This record gives sequence, structure tokens and C-alpha cells, in this order.
Amino acid sequence: MKVYLTRRYRFSASHRLHNGALSSEENAALYGKCNNPYGHGHNYAVEVTVAGPVDPQTGMVIDLGKLDRWVGEEVVDRFDHTHLNQDVENFRTQIPTTENLCREIYRLLKVRMEKECPRREVTLARIRMEETYANSFEYTE
Amino acid sequence: MVYLTRKAEFSASHFYHNPEMSAEENRRLFGKCNNPHGHGHNYVVEVTVSGEVDERSGMVMDLKDLKALLEQEVLEPFDHKFLNKEVRVFDEKIPTTENFALEIWNRLKGKLSAGKLHRVRLYETTDLFVDYLGE
Repeated sequence: MKVYLTRRYRFSASHRLHNGALSSEENAALYGKCNNPYGHGHNYAVEVTVAGPVDPQTGMVIDLGKLDRWVGEEVVDRFDHTHLNQDVENFRTQIPTTENLCREIYRLLKVRMEKECPRREVTLARIRMEETYANSFEYTE
Repeated sequence: MVYLTRKAEFSASHFYHNPEMSAEENRRLFGKCNNPHGHGHNYVVEVTVSGEVDERSGMVMDLKDLKALLEQEVLEPFDHKFLNKEVRVFDEKIPTTENFALEIWNRLKGKLSAGKLHRVRLYETTDLFVDYLGE
């Protein structure tokens, strides 16, 4: 039996989409307004989905207190109210598109869960992010 | 394949308690959710039916039938109820969102007039939901 549980979190951050390997003109053509050198911000929503059987003792897939702590430390504390390009080590070398954010958050949480989730049969199933109400992205392995 | 989803909202109260554990263990595990007087949520359930489009009606299933089924199997038994005290299945099981989604799946399974039950998604709050796909 497999139940999917999704919890939604929020953070706000700024970013700039820019590829150092391209010329200024190419970057401007590719990224448009998102290439503004000073950056711009979004209110991001992150949906974290975990999957596994229901623990008969608790009636739950995962301890939500633990999940909140892992996401708080790995995601919200790391990214909230930062400039992703300038303040966050994870985006020194990769462009902070929401696609890359999804993958990075998936990687961070997967490592943390593998280390600390007491139920081995529970896995990270999906990261879904909303950059604005109109744009959303999903990553799964 | 086409997927059709219908949404319904209801309100209910519950609390989490496992009688096999001590009062302290229950408090530690369930926190505020262990308050024996219960607390409430506005639940939203989304039921997704999959199937081919019927040539005559242009529909996967008649929405009136799905609405009536949700009234009968979800709203009637659960709306404005204290789940622990008024719903028999929760005499045995803790009424977590996980167990609740499974219960709704079991109530709907085999009762659709057309199509196949694909997914039950149950929102406990806007920031927490559970999906069950019968896997």
C-alpha cells in the first residue's frame, strides 16, 4: 500500500537568470527581463511529496514535525530572503531557474531523508514548485 | 484516456490517539492533535475518475451520478461529524488524513456508474494533502 502525502511550504527570494558562457546579447535574448543584472524576486511555493505505506501505529506516512524540520533547515532557512545567485552556495555554478531549484531541493531533501527518516520504506516522491501563480515545475526521479 | 475530477468540501473534527501507547507517548507523538476534545478542519476531497469519452454523451461519467455518490459516501457520513466518535471505522483506526483518504477510496471503489476510480486527494488544509491511487 502506497499513500502520497504532500506538504506545502513557502519562501521568498530573488534571482537573476544569466549564463556566463554566453554573450550579454545572447543572455538578453534568451532570458529577457529575467537577465536584469540586479535580479528580481518571487514568492515561491514548494510542495514536498513523500510516499510510503501508512504506519499502523501512528496512522501516518511520516512524522510531520520531522518533515517540517528537514524542509525548514534544508530549504526555507537556506533560501528564504536571499539572492539565490549571490547568497547561496548551491547556485554559484548553476543558473537558479525554478527547474534547477526543484532538482536542488529534491537532492537536498533526499540526502536528509536517507540519513534521518526512521522508516526506510518512505521515499521522497516529488518536488513541485510554483514560481508565480502561472508557472509551476515538478521534478521526480 | 480522460481524467475527470470533482471536488467536495466538508467540515469535521478529530483527534489523534493510539490507545496502545501511554498518555505521554501520545502527547509526544501527536502534539496538539492529541487534544481529546478534538479540533476541526475544512476538508476538501477531489475524486478523479479515468476513462474513455462515451461517444453518445461526450462524457467519461455522468457528473450528477458522481455528485450523488459523493453526497452519499462522503458528505452524509462525515460532514459536521466528530470522526473519532461518530464514524465506525475510526473506532479502530486513527483518523489521520492518510487513513481518511483510504476510507474514502474504499467507500467509492466499485460504485462509479462509469469509468475507473483513479485517485482520491484529500486536503486537510491548503498546505497538507494526501493522494491515494489504489497502489
